[in-house]
Amino acid sequence: MTTAETVHDTGESEGVRGPGALRQYWQQLRQDHLGMLGLLLVVLMVGSAILADVVAPYEATKVMVGPRLAPPSWDHWLGTDHLGRDVLSRVIMGGRVALMVAMAALGAALSLGLLLGLIAGFGPQWLDNGMLLIFDAVRAFPVIIFALAVVTLLGPSLSTVIFVVAVTSIPIYARVVRTQTQSLKNNEFILAERAMGAGTPRILGVHILPNVIGPLLILASMDVPLVITLEAGLSFLGMGVRPPTPSWGTILNDGYNYIRNSPWPVVAGGIPIILTTLGFTFLGEALRDIFDPKLRKDL
Amino acid sequence: MWLYLVRRLFLAVAIVVLAVTLLFVMIHAVPGDPAAIILGPRATPELKAALHAKMGLDDPLPVQILTFFADVVRGDMGTDVFTQRPVSRIVLGQLPFTITLILTSIAWAALVAIPLGCYSAIRRNTMIDKVTGVLSVGTIAIPSFVMALYALLIFAVLLKWLPAIGAGQGGLWDAIRHLILPALAVGIGWVGYISRIVRASMLEILGENHVRMARAFGLPERRIVFRYALPLAILPTVTVLGVGMAHLLSAAVFAEVVFARPGIGGLIVTAVNTRNYPIVMGTVLVTTGLFVISTTIADLVNAMLDPRVRESL
Repeated sequence: MTTAETVHDTGESEGVRGPGALRQYWQQLRQDHLGMLGLLLVVLMVGSAILADVVAPYEATKVMVGPRLAPPSWDHWLGTDHLGRDVLSRVIMGGRVALMVAMAALGAALSLGLLLGLIAGFGPQWLDNGMLLIFDAVRAFPVIIFALAVVTLLGPSLSTVIFVVAVTSIPIYARVVRTQTQSLKNNEFILAERAMGAGTPRILGVHILPNVIGPLLILASMDVPLVITLEAGLSFLGMGVRPPTPSWGTILNDGYNYIRNSPWPVVAGGIPIILTTLGFTFLGEALRDIFDPKLRKDL
Repeated sequence: MWLYLVRRLFLAVAIVVLAVTLLFVMIHAVPGDPAAIILGPRATPELKAALHAKMGLDDPLPVQILTFFADVVRGDMGTDVFTQRPVSRIVLGQLPFTITLILTSIAWAALVAIPLGCYSAIRRNTMIDKVTGVLSVGTIAIPSFVMALYALLIFAVLLKWLPAIGAGQGGLWDAIRHLILPALAVGIGWVGYISRIVRASMLEILGENHVRMARAFGLPERRIVFRYALPLAILPTVTVLGVGMAHLLSAAVFAEVVFARPGIGGLIVTAVNTRNYPIVMGTVLVTTGLFVISTTIADLVNAMLDPRVRESL
């Protein structure tokens, strides 16, 4: 944890809200070089994914008559693949797919995990025990094995990938929410609220939710690389995104099949995955150090 | 300790039972007839009926679940759709390759990472410590299959130093040569991960009273580190290894596919592509079992070493 020691103690800034606090966070982030590098990479990735239609020099799925498996050149900055498609355009469009999967899957996992975690944390003991057992059982499947089993049943597609990511991440978020809820629910301000006659929905929604959601969002942002990796991995195995839709995984798979003819597609397909996972990881670690140093310290 | 043991074992069994039930429900929740899916689109009604009877699909659902469990307990996981060989034999035949790969990877990673983390903790905030820190995060973040592909590209295709595919045919040396690249790809993330953990726990322990005491007694620093700090600092790695089995397995699956190595990974991927249900299920069962066993052992070892863990379950 090299970054933790350089970041200021955030204790005194707690409770400060508004633009002043934001500026302070920004100052802290500015001092974390790796965090800034991460931010830059993330902005680049998200930006190119949003502006993919404008930025991509060619149509990503267009099969061209030009040279096949060509090395990088001025016309094709990352070369062409076995069908003569421009790899750079495919990489840029693939970023859009990766980001879409990440957002959809993490959104679903966050909301369901939040709901289940609140129920487990606030509900009766037997329900909590039962839900914990189910969470542990779901997590007992190694993710990739679970993913392969689901693909066999539902067939390979983008929505299968989203489903797998959501199902395997729900227990993680639910567990965090549950623990937080349990430690909160006997706090004095909650007891006071209850004494004043507030119902369970009000307590959960108005008082517990805002306290739980912060750490959860940081966790989710640190999980983005995992999701992107899983999508690319499944697509690489031919079990995620269907061709001709470009994905970093399918680019790698195409490259792998022709690896003896040309190394360029594999190189080009791997770099965006590496840069994106690094970017989100560096940024996530910096944010975590700033906002919540206790969270996931061991990872 | 005994109470903890019983509770932990109960949890392990409960997880396996739940996992098997989930698997069963998942297969039956899919729209359509499992027999039809297994037989494919060109199946005749007679064939379907025969398979129905054979699979016990006409029995009531609770009976089906119980028979399923009974079969699994007896080690009977059905037969391969194509070769008609027992699934258990096929899966167990592939298992040694995967286990060898996983153990080799984790072994070399630990051998490199523990000294590295130790060194970073002692020479904290030096250049080497900082570089190791960044590299650790880097190697953890980069997915293992990208590592595997790049390793294949660089060392097998471009430099031609090591073989690209298979597990080797002739003798030990050949097998080792085939193992190097996959083990490199699977293990490299763990170098970063373990060294970070060792560094963190080493820093914590070096500040503790018994170490300060040893210093006060004037023991040589070398002896303090190796005799009094390191054994304690390695502890957290044991727990992480248990939980890390899942990551190791995932990484091994990809490494096996990329290097066309025999093993569980290659087996399940081929089975998924050919919709070979019994093999997929058998592999899922065996890996889940393996995973639960390893996490249980890791937890028990941890509870044996650290009394605080025993209280928490």
